[in-house]
Amino acid sequence: MAKVKFTKEIYTKWFKQMMLIRRFEEKSAQLYGQQKIRGFCHLYIGQEAVIAGCMTALEENDKLITAYRDHGHALAAGIPANEVMAELYGKVTGCTKGKGGSMHMFSKEHNFFGGHGIVGGQIPLGAGIALADQYNGTKDVTVCFMGDGAVRQGALHEAFNMAMLWKLPVIFVVENNEYAMGTSVERTTNVLDIHKIGLAYDMPNYQIDGMKCEDVHEAIADAAKRARKGDGPTFLEIKTYRYRGHSMSDPAKYRTKEEVQKYKAIDPIEVVGKTMISKKWATQADLDKMEDAINIEVNESVEFAEASPYPDASELYTDVYEEDYPFIVE
Amino acid sequence: MFIIICWRHDYFDRQTVFIFYCFTIQAFVIFAAHFRVMRTIQFREALREALTEEMRRDDKVFLMGEEVAEYNGAYKVSQGMLAEFGEKRVIDTPIAELGFAGIAVGAAMNGLRPIVEFMTFNFSLVAIDQVINSAAKMNSMSGGQFTCPMVFRGPTGSAGQLGAQHSQNFENWYANTPGLKVVVPSNPYDAKGLLKSAIRDNDPVIFMESEQMYGLKWEVPEEEYLLPIGQAHVVQEGSDVTIVSFGKMMRVLEDADKALKQDGISAEIIDLRSVRPLDIETIVKSVQKTNRLVIVEEAWPLASISSEITYGVQKHAFDYLDAPIARVTSRDVPLPYAPTLVEAYLPNVHRIVDAVKQVSYA
Repeated sequence: MAKVKFTKEIYTKWFKQMMLIRRFEEKSAQLYGQQKIRGFCHLYIGQEAVIAGCMTALEENDKLITAYRDHGHALAAGIPANEVMAELYGKVTGCTKGKGGSMHMFSKEHNFFGGHGIVGGQIPLGAGIALADQYNGTKDVTVCFMGDGAVRQGALHEAFNMAMLWKLPVIFVVENNEYAMGTSVERTTNVLDIHKIGLAYDMPNYQIDGMKCEDVHEAIADAAKRARKGDGPTFLEIKTYRYRGHSMSDPAKYRTKEEVQKYKAIDPIEVVGKTMISKKWATQADLDKMEDAINIEVNESVEFAEASPYPDASELYTDVYEEDYPFIVE
Repeated sequence: MFIIICWRHDYFDRQTVFIFYCFTIQAFVIFAAHFRVMRTIQFREALREALTEEMRRDDKVFLMGEEVAEYNGAYKVSQGMLAEFGEKRVIDTPIAELGFAGIAVGAAMNGLRPIVEFMTFNFSLVAIDQVINSAAKMNSMSGGQFTCPMVFRGPTGSAGQLGAQHSQNFENWYANTPGLKVVVPSNPYDAKGLLKSAIRDNDPVIFMESEQMYGLKWEVPEEEYLLPIGQAHVVQEGSDVTIVSFGKMMRVLEDADKALKQDGISAEIIDLRSVRPLDIETIVKSVQKTNRLVIVEEAWPLASISSEITYGVQKHAFDYLDAPIARVTSRDVPLPYAPTLVEAYLPNVHRIVDAVKQVSYA
């Protein structure tokens, strides 16, 4: 893999990006406890380095699509925290006007093709987004995220086969946090190295340390280069860890405290902060200042969501069809 | 010749001659149109014309599916299209309905207008997650940001002794889902006009054809036309009973009507053309006139289109009904192979005539 020279700017982006997601998700958990946020709610805490490292390796017009653990991706794609928080509240100012909720963040403006709720369902969609870019002759790349549970779905295998056959400009990323809800990877397969699934389709595949922004950035940059050249997809298994349960209703009793502690000891936000200090790109005070600004941004997003109205009941019949439609109304 | 002589020699002023000339041309055109025999083409050809015309019109439209390109279509609907449009726009897929349906939805989200051919809608069941959970919901889930202007098409229903897994009707399954439109044409003329509308529609459309009708010939004009989705077609006006159907069953109904005519029964026949939207208004209007209703549908009876029509009619025309509504559907079992069992399973002329007599107390 090509070694990238990472600048102060990139490290600063990573730090801010990851800190924003961490604080936003901690706040989401708190608000979920207060029943301000309802429905299913899957937090990204612990996995921040994956999306942070990815975003610095992409171009502006590149596209993202993911599953339902999507708050972090939505924020990283550039959707303002206000809109993401308002969406969690179900408010009309949310990024899908209160229609999608936690699992279905979308933003056309930010090339964010959504959070999708059926495990693995977004994998063919990601290939299709890439097919359209290939068809239109753009040089854009689609990054299609999935969890380690999704790789057992037939949709993945069908999409991988066609994406490779047609050399679609897509990067498939499995964020392997080791648990599909409560089922560990080793309980679902005898091939523990998920990236090896790519071998069946001759798809270039790599295992990446997802606690390191640098490694993720380099892997995505290489894959994007390959895709833009017309050489087709890449499958990246990015090994990461979620500190919290699968969703807010999951106490995560299927794993040990020691296991969680092992990952917290290599927390990517702390690692990036320490690197910045050691390279003399920032002092602890600088980092604290950034963190304070992010805390304010998150708190403001809560105020924004609180102050925003719910969608009017008349919104029920909008955005279902593009054309006029005679709904059955009793 | 007369006009030229007039023009040359100024027998009349030139303006008069010109007006005369125009009238002559117009009269000729009307004359020719009146006596011209309209061409007849097959159902598959009508579909092919719709696909081809729309692909020429809009380069964002493309066709994908099993055997659509090099094989020229399992039922030859796409014959010659690879040669005209090339492999970029007529795409052969592996046998992976879930995968290519999802890829098409993704392409639609990103600005293209895909047409997905299912070799039959029986096989669409392995792709149904992408149809229901992705295509039908994308607009709503994304708050109107991402739409899926696309068509899923292919044959539906029975086609001889094909056994249980190749003979099913899922019109009502798809019609149940908000976000989709479901079109089921019954003849080549409707098929062409409706498919062109479906391709131009900005919502996902399920377009269900019939294997047994692909060879059916019908008058189809050369000129372009579109038919609106969501409006039923009153095929024949009548006074004694309303009979509603759609798709291939319209052809069975055609034969049943001949038998009814022999018995002196005047049936008003309605072809739904689409089952979502369902044009209940046209049915209600007809029932208000005939006071009797028979519904013919190839699907199984429970929670079917006929169930919904029955609900709508009792709701909106309860006082107009002179008899309980009758329906003829496929029998409530998987379709077996033996010819006697196929005959016993499907709606037929005899059952339709019986149903009409039942609502007529005849």
